[in-house]
Amino acid sequence: MDFTHLLVQQLINGVSLGSIYALIALGYTMIYGIIKLINFAHGDIYMVGAYIGFFAITQAGMSIVPALLVSMVVTGLLGMVVEKLAYKPLRHAPRISILITAIGVSFFLEYTSMYFVTPTPRTFPAVIDNISFNLGSFVINGQQLMILGITVLLMAILTFIVQKTKTGKAMRAASFDTETAQLMGIDSDRIISLTFCIGSALAAAAGVLVGIYYNTIDPLMGIMPGLKAFVAAVLGGIGILPGAVAGGIILGIIEALVSGFLSSTFRDAAAFAILILVLLVKPSGLFGKNTREKV
Amino acid sequence: MNFKKKAWKLASLAIGTMLMGSMLAGCGDQAASSDEIVIGSNFELTGNQANYGNACNEGLKLAIKEANDAGGINGKKIKLVEADTKSEAAESVNSATKLISDDKVKVIVGPAVTANVIAESQVATDNKVPVIAPAATNPDVTVENGTVKPFIFRSCFIDPQQGTVMATFAAKDLNAKTAVMYIDSSSDYSKSLGKVFKETFEAAGGKVVMEEAFLAKDQDFKAALTKLKTANADVMFVPAYYEEVGKIVKQARELGITATILGTDGWDDPKVIDIAGADALNNTYFSTHYFEQDEEAKPFIEAYKKEYNKNPNVFAALGYDAGKMLIDALKRAGADDPEALRKAIEGIKDLQVGTAKVTVDKNHNPIKGAVILETRNGERMMKTKIAPEQ
Repeated sequence: MDFTHLLVQQLINGVSLGSIYALIALGYTMIYGIIKLINFAHGDIYMVGAYIGFFAITQAGMSIVPALLVSMVVTGLLGMVVEKLAYKPLRHAPRISILITAIGVSFFLEYTSMYFVTPTPRTFPAVIDNISFNLGSFVINGQQLMILGITVLLMAILTFIVQKTKTGKAMRAASFDTETAQLMGIDSDRIISLTFCIGSALAAAAGVLVGIYYNTIDPLMGIMPGLKAFVAAVLGGIGILPGAVAGGIILGIIEALVSGFLSSTFRDAAAFAILILVLLVKPSGLFGKNTREKV
Repeated sequence: MNFKKKAWKLASLAIGTMLMGSMLAGCGDQAASSDEIVIGSNFELTGNQANYGNACNEGLKLAIKEANDAGGINGKKIKLVEADTKSEAAESVNSATKLISDDKVKVIVGPAVTANVIAESQVATDNKVPVIAPAATNPDVTVENGTVKPFIFRSCFIDPQQGTVMATFAAKDLNAKTAVMYIDSSSDYSKSLGKVFKETFEAAGGKVVMEEAFLAKDQDFKAALTKLKTANADVMFVPAYYEEVGKIVKQARELGITATILGTDGWDDPKVIDIAGADALNNTYFSTHYFEQDEEAKPFIEAYKKEYNKNPNVFAALGYDAGKMLIDALKRAGADDPEALRKAIEGIKDLQVGTAKVTVDKNHNPIKGAVILETRNGERMMKTKIAPEQ
């Protein structure tokens, strides 16, 4: 393989890895956009979603689409419960308290799941045939395309909800100023609850798709992707939906190029160096504007 | 306040009485009659490592039963006292102390897990009680800061030895000239195996042309694999644990890497086949301690099946090997002089145990053959057995 070939193959690898980061980053960024909370438990919600999908397929014998929907609904409800129990009582507390609570929720989900499902990794059943396309000497995998497609689709749906519907308008209003929104007759609590529901459902979708793509799930699977998705969200401009997708894909490509042309040992270092660089140079991210408009 | 003081007094009195009671009990009985040899088994019988500990213990008990049925050691029967480490390092020290001071054992077999053996080794060394650990593969178990711990032995080969075995296999049996390595840089196991593989393979005339690394828990290996593919090597060495191995093999085959993939006992789990898929695992080999279709292990397997009505796993086999080594040493040195017994274990040479022939080397590690298994269409089969050169 000559250099151009190698470069194209690494770009394909990068986009496929990046679309997974993007999928998780969408939920991250959406929750941040509304209540300015960096929800560190997001990666673990994603793990719970993967397990619910796993049990729906193996125990209840569902096929992929119903399993995906069940997982999204149940995990969405879980997100609402987490918000109600852990974050709502801290709505007026300092930002740092709620951040620390999010870390606590993250550990709680990890180790409670470990208790119930054991730390042993599970093998996800192959519910979708994996077709590899060989274009010349490039290899593209059907599942990679599916994940990328679903990410873009979900991003479009979310953007539509946030920009074009009444609920979306309420979300943007609550994000702008929760109390004034409340005075205008918007039920902020309900809107925040709904945001968590949608964000968590997105994480669940990501969890099930990743389970199918990589074949295994385990209770600590959410930690690294959660952090990487956070980097992706910051890179694209946290709170901005298309930014999350762009950030995720850029991060994936950078990781693939670093592994492919420098050394795989530097891969994670590169990812987190990007986080530091973005925070130093352009804290509002690639898509961030100076106006304080969120979502 | 007054009440509190009283409570304290009462509590300390109660504790004192209990302590004295237990000490008295410790002194009283257990004076072993002179026509038996008391040895201790210190294994993870409960807790999350109980799978390993119980299997080892069953293997050990089988070896001792066979020795006793055959007339014992120079006329003396072996008496086995069992203790439970509860799968914790701290508890392993307690149970070893109990075996040594209460039960007056002459030698301890166990525990199974490396960390527990390392925890136990100090108290055993202080009391001059030899230990044979069946399954602790970490080099640090018998050697500390470059010095060999005089009383600590094991019956399994150490991690790096598999690097030697697989490099020899690649160079001699597969006639490989070039190799690439994909190492888990978060694991000492993987790194030490990679180092030894490279040394042996290059000494045998081959060349390691590229090395890449990943971290445990990684999901996506395609970028590094795409790079490794460009090296076009004859073999790819992946010394890692089954979860990552399954994904690496799957993704490597998806990217069109057709080279032979080699691994070590971290691969020895049926889940690898679930994760990677049967097709991807064709043309892969890994080394491990024991395989149930190994002809050399057949007498042990038959005896174990007869005793326990089930197939022995690798831990049972290693526990049995530890028992066999111990019995050989006891026959030559008896159990009265710990120094003589220790030397006798050191002197084990070409001893046929359950899984292989064993010679103890200067670092107290047995030199014994490793089996190399091939996976073909989702089935494992024995390819060959390689003993490293001494």
